[in-house]
Amino acid sequence: MARTLINVPPTAKRGEVVEIKTLISHPMETGFRTGPDGALIPRDIIHRFTCTYNGEEIFSADLFPAITANPFITFTTVATESGELALSWTDDKGQTQMETAKITVE
Amino acid sequence: MSAGSRRLSFLGVGLVMSALVGSAAVGLADADGDSRRSGFDFMGPQTQAMQGDDTSNPGMLAVLEGEDIWNRKAGAADKSCADCHGDAARSMHGVAAHYPAFDTGTGGPINLDQRINTCREKNQEAEPFPWESEEILALSAYVGLQSRGLPVQVGDDTRLAGAIKAGGEAFHRKQGQLDFSCADCHDANWGRKLGGSVIPQGHATGYPIYRLEWQSMGSLQRRLRNCMAGGRAEPYSYGSPEFVELELYLMSRSRGMAVETPAVRP
Repeated sequence: MARTLINVPPTAKRGEVVEIKTLISHPMETGFRTGPDGALIPRDIIHRFTCTYNGEEIFSADLFPAITANPFITFTTVATESGELALSWTDDKGQTQMETAKITVE
Repeated sequence: MSAGSRRLSFLGVGLVMSALVGSAAVGLADADGDSRRSGFDFMGPQTQAMQGDDTSNPGMLAVLEGEDIWNRKAGAADKSCADCHGDAARSMHGVAAHYPAFDTGTGGPINLDQRINTCREKNQEAEPFPWESEEILALSAYVGLQSRGLPVQVGDDTRLAGAIKAGGEAFHRKQGQLDFSCADCHDANWGRKLGGSVIPQGHATGYPIYRLEWQSMGSLQRRLRNCMAGGRAEPYSYGSPEFVELELYLMSRSRGMAVETPAVRP
């Protein structure tokens, strides 16, 4: 399981714009590099990131081989109601990492 | 996203540079006359912000991994680090600030990675982690974090006086095809540029670091090998006594400066 660091403000005022910061450990192997044996190392990148807020998708991104290892993704949303943000990263091996964070809206 | 921020960080370095040029004329010293500067001060504001925020510092991913290893049982003794040392926040507080330190077993200096592996072999009866492996970097980042903000304490052990002297000689010795010593850049020309990059003073207070160029964690010895290869010298091999002496000299030179582990460097 990959390690993640997620920064979501625990509380926010209704209607406030909040910033969500995410970091995940992943090699983001481009598929263009060769190993010690001269053969290409197969591509393995996170190619999809999505974030839902109480089930509704508020942000998603397609990622490409030029993106660094351990990608840092940050975005904003409007705090509408208390609930849960669900973040998911999917890589070329088909593995999906899911994390959740709670937010309380006053 | 990343291309944009990289361009911005170069711009940031430019701004810091012009600020440096301005203050160099007045000597660039603290009120107490200390002109030493961490590599942090030479970075762009974006990279500084990345290091400063624990949820954007990629080194913290290694710290999380290190915490896991700390609590994981290993070896024939089936013990974890925590079984003997307990809570690292207490038992390891300030420890990394003393490394490299004198080791009674070998009668010479050893660095933190070597200390961890010695403990692992002797007390956990486990295989030592290979040099530069994710595990050793993670564990030393986790132990190092417990000293963050504390002053480096290396340099007052009289048993290490000879090793510090040897390290200092290595620092000032010209080597490689380009005939550079470490001091030629990091003492005589810090603040100026080598290629597109600012030359820092070479205070290794944040290791193991997350280096953006590597896109991974790396030890001080990896960084030193980089520098030596850049000067077209034959790098010492990992764990060689020469490297530990050089590390020891560098840390004694940084005595009193704050530990930054896990630092981010460009």
